[in-house]
Amino acid sequence: MPMLDAHALSFSYAGRAPIFADFTWSVTAGEIWTILGPSGCGKSTLLMLIAGLLHPQQGEVTVAGEVLTRPRPRTGLILQDYGLLPWATVRQNLALGFEIRRFYGPDGRHAPSDERFENHAAKIDYWLKRVGLDQLADAYPAQLSGGERQRTAIARTLALSPDLLLMDEPFSSLDAPTRESLQTLTLTLCREQMLTVVLVTHAIEEAAFMGQRILLLKDPPHHIPRIIENPHTPDVAFRSSAVYQGICGQLRAQLSASERLAPEATG
Amino acid sequence: MTKLRPWEIILTLLALLVFWHIVASIAQLPILPLPHRVLLTFFKEFPQNLGIHFLASLYRVISSIGLAVLLAAPAGLILGQGPRLNRVFAPLIYLLYPIPKVVLAPIILLFLGVGDFPKIIIIFLILFFQILVLVRDSAAAIRPELLLSVRSLGAGRRALFRFVYLPASLPAVLTAVRQSIGTAVAVLYVAELFATRWGLGYYIYLNGSTLFNYTAMYAGVLAMSLLGMGLYFTVDALEKRLCRWRNLNLP
Repeated sequence: MPMLDAHALSFSYAGRAPIFADFTWSVTAGEIWTILGPSGCGKSTLLMLIAGLLHPQQGEVTVAGEVLTRPRPRTGLILQDYGLLPWATVRQNLALGFEIRRFYGPDGRHAPSDERFENHAAKIDYWLKRVGLDQLADAYPAQLSGGERQRTAIARTLALSPDLLLMDEPFSSLDAPTRESLQTLTLTLCREQMLTVVLVTHAIEEAAFMGQRILLLKDPPHHIPRIIENPHTPDVAFRSSAVYQGICGQLRAQLSASERLAPEATG
Repeated sequence: MTKLRPWEIILTLLALLVFWHIVASIAQLPILPLPHRVLLTFFKEFPQNLGIHFLASLYRVISSIGLAVLLAAPAGLILGQGPRLNRVFAPLIYLLYPIPKVVLAPIILLFLGVGDFPKIIIIFLILFFQILVLVRDSAAAIRPELLLSVRSLGAGRRALFRFVYLPASLPAVLTAVRQSIGTAVAVLYVAELFATRWGLGYYIYLNGSTLFNYTAMYAGVLAMSLLGMGLYFTVDALEKRLCRWRNLNLP
């Protein structure tokens, strides 16, 4: 059963050329996808459509069997910019999702209708430990490194037990060692939670390391999805394997082919 | 701002009192009494009339601050969230903001007459625009990514208001109030010169210009200074307590 189904999507920003035209794409539950493409190709737009934060002009997005009309409570979203409340400590930031759910009650719109309002403190403690932030629980975001901030954001999202995790360039502003360790941590956690993941990136290496399947977006408007299968083994050794190098090379070739056709679509 | 230690403040206060004492001793004028005589008068008068005048002034200032926060903070939040509405009102605020509101005092007193209400309104006007502008700008400065993230955690309009806009604008409210207290107390003095028999402004003016009781006048000035300082320190302490995240010692 598809976790996510984008059916005949058409979307353009007001007064601009269309980005998606009759675009159909689907994601099976438990798959880890990366969406790769240059800046301005519409990959973040696709993620916002899936998140229910943008609405297609035509077509519809179905997540877990329900047509999307607004952000759904079981979809987690992690952005490059962390999205932490600067006035709240790490622990308070982790509690934010629960507080919002408590604020609305289990209404099925803002919070899952089967939400139970107990053991939140225990869940928060578990996730603080799980991402290695238990020593920093009372620190404010400004006191954290970029990697620690993104760990906070990941823990905050995963603590809400999502079934679909969307990530938009989550590691792009981090230095290489931090990026690689967070990529590994994310893969481990997502497997553990049996999450369906869609990760948007402009980095070929990230797309090849993280994605079991890679959706390549080049020049809009997008019509038929171009999908690259990745014989993925989710461990650190994969990074130095010949298969990984091969995938990277294939992605690089595909991306530069599009650049030659449309030299303005760079960046 | 430089961080001050309590003993530095006390030492400076003592030095000022010594300076006042020396100048008053040399000058030997009735319009410049010695500090200890002013203090004695202050403590003698405060439990009686002066205290009531103090409370009248405190009531007016607190009501103005309360009214200004209650009206300006939501208005600032709405304008800060809505670029279109802000486009409509921004020119108006731009025009009204720099007008020294104290010059409106006679007009407001003419229109609203005697009583506390016109005096509260005059101070309210000063605070209103300060809070409105700072809250509007702080709400507008909230990064869209933060809003997207919090929306993705399930927040709708009401929760965004409660969990993002409200805490984000709290520092702006406190900063605006703190910055305006000096002006507010100054304008309070002016407002209390008109059509009232209560308040520190009236007390100071009465003792200085009608009764020629200069020591009592100075006691009134001291009371008014304490009023301003007390409010300033209260808001400052609130700001430090509630906005700890803004004054972090970063590594």
